Amino acid sequence: MLEAQSLAARRGYATLFRDVRFSLRPGEALVVTGPNGSGKTTLLRMLAGLTAPFEGEVRWRGEPVAPFAQALRDALLFNGHSSALKDELSAEENLDAWLRLDGERVASEVIAQALADVGLARQRRLPARVLSQGQRRRIALARLRLASRPLWILDEPATALDTDGLAMLAALVDAHLDGGGLCVAATHQALVLQSTRAQSLVLHAAVA
Amino acid sequence: MESPSAVDAIGWALRRDLRVAMRSKGELSVELLFYVIVVTLFPLATSPSRDTLATLGPGVLWTAALLAALLSLSRLFASDFRDGTLEQIALSPAPLVGLVSGKIAAHWLTTGLPVAAMAPLLGIQYGLDAPVLATLALSLLLGTPILSLVGAVGAALTLGARGGGSLLALLVLPLYAPVLIFGAGAVDAVRAGLSAAPHLSLLAAGLLLAILAAPFAVSAAVRIALD
Repeated sequence: MLEAQSLAARRGYATLFRDVRFSLRPGEALVVTGPNGSGKTTLLRMLAGLTAPFEGEVRWRGEPVAPFAQALRDALLFNGHSSALKDELSAEENLDAWLRLDGERVASEVIAQALADVGLARQRRLPARVLSQGQRRRIALARLRLASRPLWILDEPATALDTDGLAMLAALVDAHLDGGGLCVAATHQALVLQSTRAQSLVLHAAVA
Repeated sequence: MESPSAVDAIGWALRRDLRVAMRSKGELSVELLFYVIVVTLFPLATSPSRDTLATLGPGVLWTAALLAALLSLSRLFASDFRDGTLEQIALSPAPLVGLVSGKIAAHWLTTGLPVAAMAPLLGIQYGLDAPVLATLALSLLLGTPILSLVGAVGAALTLGARGGGSLLALLVLPLYAPVLIFGAGAVDAVRAGLSAAPHLSLLAAGLLLAILAAPFAVSAAVRIALD
């Protein structure tokens, strides 16, 4: 269970948002929307424990968590703005490295299959350098498919994905929620979830 | 699923960084080439007399090693910072201290070690004889890991700073001074017919201290850089 209690963020002297509060139970999703510069990424980085909140606190399973708390890192799958792919490594090697870093042991056939499932069967041995933006995003989808983390925090997961990719993303999030997982996603594009347990949070343009 | 241990973390980062380095050989050879060229330029610019060269040799070989290390430092964290890998590393359940230790080890294996291996060959240009060359290699083997460890602290602290490269040089070069003094000092001592043991012991002590302290400083600096 992930809770935010009157979170506030500042950048310089400007307040990005204040008094953001929500409570997310297993099987629930939070979709964060708002115009550019309203603080979506900042909020997600706060929830992931990368940034300390200016005010308020983040609670995970009832306990307040400080940035980089082990309890949160053990449960979290964070998908940031940047792809975190090494250009020199192949799609397969990149995915394998991520999963190992999460402490998951996954057989190479399973990794190959997951990449095939997201439409990268022929590209799996190519260096990430030559992949398109959408294809790079699809590697992140394959990671979502294989990871067994309860809490997903996804920053603009829909960027550069085609309609097929968007449907795949929505299906993955739905399956994750059905399995009792939690998901926080910031997005511009509408993420069409089957799940009815999606809350929505709208951040407004910065207030002075 | 269980959290990876510190040893797993070191292995993970070491394997990954070495693999990435092997795929970008161009970048890898730049520092070594730089080292070879700088060391080769000195005899051309100064007198070709045997005595002058033998006096200059240890200092030049060591100073150039410092500059080669400095040249490679910006590569240590900057690309991971830019492409989001550093975020993933810091948020993973594996201990960050282990992960950065692995990265520093990979950095030394791809920069410091080749320089230490190449130095005795280049030392021949300066007319240094075998015992002196052996001490040179040994002092570099002990000293270059300190350069990687201390340099990593500087590289992590200057992440995201504007003009990070020049700031890094200002920050790190003064800290390199003791390594240079004892490293070049060891070689000079052997040339003068004395024992290099005191210098080498101090270098080894410095190395142990750096191994114990630097990874913790680096992981704290990485977390600050991500905030």
